[in-house]
Amino acid sequence: MTPLLAQVQEPMNRVELLADDPLWLVLLKVVVILLIGPILTIFLIVWERKAVGRMQNRPGPNRVGPGGYLQSLADAIKLPFKEQVIPDTADRKLYFLAPVIAVVPALIGLAAIPFGPEVSIFGERTVLQLVELPVGVLLVLAGASVGVYGIVLAGWSSGSPYPLLGGLRSAAQVISYEIAMGLAIIGVALYAQSLSTGEIVDAQQGGWFFYLLLPSFVIYMISMVGETNRAPFDLPEAESELVGGFHTEYSSMKFAMFFLAEYVNMVIVSAFATTLFLGGYMFPFVGADSALNQGWLPVIWFFAKTFLLLFGFIWLRGTLPRFRYDQFMKLGWKVLVPVGLIWIVVISAIRAVRNDAEISTGQILVVGGIVIAVIVLLTLLLPEREIPDEDAVPTTGGDYPVPPLDLKVPKTTPRRKALKAKARSSAKEPAAVTPAKEGSDGDV
Amino acid sequence: MMVPVLAQATAEATVSTGEAIAFWILAPLAVAGALGMIFARNAVHSALWLVVTMLTLGILYLVQQAQFLGFTQIIVYTGAIMMLFLFVLMLAGRDSSDSVVEVLRGQRLAATVLGIGMAGLFAGALTRAFADVTPAAPLDPWSPEGGGAGGLGRIIFSDYLFPFELTSALLITAAMGGMVLSFTSRQGPGGRRSQRELVEARFRGEYERPSPKPGPGVFATANSVATPALLPDGTVAPESLSALIENTSAAQFERQRKEVAGEVPKPDAHALVPPEDTAEEGDRS
Repeated sequence: MTPLLAQVQEPMNRVELLADDPLWLVLLKVVVILLIGPILTIFLIVWERKAVGRMQNRPGPNRVGPGGYLQSLADAIKLPFKEQVIPDTADRKLYFLAPVIAVVPALIGLAAIPFGPEVSIFGERTVLQLVELPVGVLLVLAGASVGVYGIVLAGWSSGSPYPLLGGLRSAAQVISYEIAMGLAIIGVALYAQSLSTGEIVDAQQGGWFFYLLLPSFVIYMISMVGETNRAPFDLPEAESELVGGFHTEYSSMKFAMFFLAEYVNMVIVSAFATTLFLGGYMFPFVGADSALNQGWLPVIWFFAKTFLLLFGFIWLRGTLPRFRYDQFMKLGWKVLVPVGLIWIVVISAIRAVRNDAEISTGQILVVGGIVIAVIVLLTLLLPEREIPDEDAVPTTGGDYPVPPLDLKVPKTTPRRKALKAKARSSAKEPAAVTPAKEGSDGDV
Repeated sequence: MMVPVLAQATAEATVSTGEAIAFWILAPLAVAGALGMIFARNAVHSALWLVVTMLTLGILYLVQQAQFLGFTQIIVYTGAIMMLFLFVLMLAGRDSSDSVVEVLRGQRLAATVLGIGMAGLFAGALTRAFADVTPAAPLDPWSPEGGGAGGLGRIIFSDYLFPFELTSALLITAAMGGMVLSFTSRQGPGGRRSQRELVEARFRGEYERPSPKPGPGVFATANSVATPALLPDGTVAPESLSALIENTSAAQFERQRKEVAGEVPKPDAHALVPPEDTAEEGDRS
């Protein structure tokens, strides 16, 4: 009976469907969304260790459970029971608060992500999403920007130099890469003409944004790694430079919470990238009316895309060495931000032209091609950069025995000269001794 | 006296229960944050109290259906600006607290006058808010007119373009000023040397020596800094003696002197291994 009734009802949009959710359904969704983060964290840690192990020709964890896949479960049980070590110099209140601040915003971020289309849960029509806000994209960004307080305060409140350096790095890193990330998202918002996550997914029915807005996608991909402090941008916890970075002084459950926050953040930025650029829960190449995009199936597509991105994180970690800090900042401020700004100008120009006049895509492409050709030709006019003389020898004047700059290296050594003179004098003697002379030559 | 009562009556009509509960939780929090910011001893704690106020204000905006404004408040003020504050405070040092010395002449007088002026402005605004302001209609954040991003953008770039441009000019000026003040030329005095310049300066003899100090020697029995490096003739390389532990040889001499005088303490009951000297004696006997 219920399905029949459901078909009779007129289609409601996402907001209306979510608005009439009963309380038990909202609570159910909250619990599931809060559980997704920790469960995926437990899986991700063991997956990462095994995948990186394979990349380095070693098995990775293989003792606990089938194939070693219960290793991080064992770790999760072990960590809370370890001893808590609190440094004497720590600012105790903030020291306790910091891991909580890191975790809570991370867990909130998933609330705005649409996991699937309209479904029926126990006879109740709803959308697989906790809340649909007109500014859902900003919710995720706000979660990221508050979460970094956890890292910064952890570094500061530990009261020792290495964590402080890690915290400072993290603050600078997140601020710079959030700008690049915001610029990447502006492109998406311009094309979807909305800041709400559900509408952005709906707007990708005509084509996913990762190829329509390729520069935005690339900028987002780079800045999402920077934002989550993952290799090759894991400078706040660079173990070769800062021992453990911001969590050096943390142990036991509090350390586990930082771990949780890092991996939940990875899940959130991946799910967010899926929503913004990879068509959310939609199956590729079919319309929204296809059977593949109805019911509970799209949840599978959503998580497949998310796991693809998460594997990207692991792959990066297994492949790339850590950036130096100044290189990292240079990449953010001198490459990603300017490219993002230029790209926004380009797409807003294209949109303005398309909205105002009847101009076809072909015409835009032709004009764009001409503009690019002119720019390329103009770059030929730029004067070539003068290459500094790399071979210039620095003038020296210390106490060290350095040869003078105008040193003349003689062609032969005095000994050779003497030997040659000897040979010459022996050549003037009778021919009988010639073999001996040859022998002496060979000796030299 | 009738007007305020009327205004309050209409306001009560538009405030829902949930909104009232949210207000009475968030408003004391915001005030507590502001007070904490003023009274906190530590500069970092002070900044964090201000973060609490900013966050609460953001959530209040959200409750008022101004969602774009609320999240922008959280991202921009809490996320970026307060983070920069914290950054600077942390760089300034962990224990830097307020100094009571007046740095700028007449600073307190100006602050008092401006503070009284601000209080007057606030009082005026509050009186007006209680007296003759009709409560605004509830916003619909899904429409551009209801405080959505599109509506705000349209207003900023049409009606309020001039104030907007003025603000951006002010910010750019501040950024330029910051750059000029913090700029130190590489060529000028006190400028940072590049890696290459530093190497050349080392070889020119401007520093103690061009290379790092020698580590423990080839024949050293440990890689500790306390173990001096040995020169080819077996003597100790004086450069390798750390200034911090330069008294190691003196300490060694002292131990030998005590040994000769027969003042060596008996082996420690808790020691896992006997002291080196007694072990050697045992070998000899």
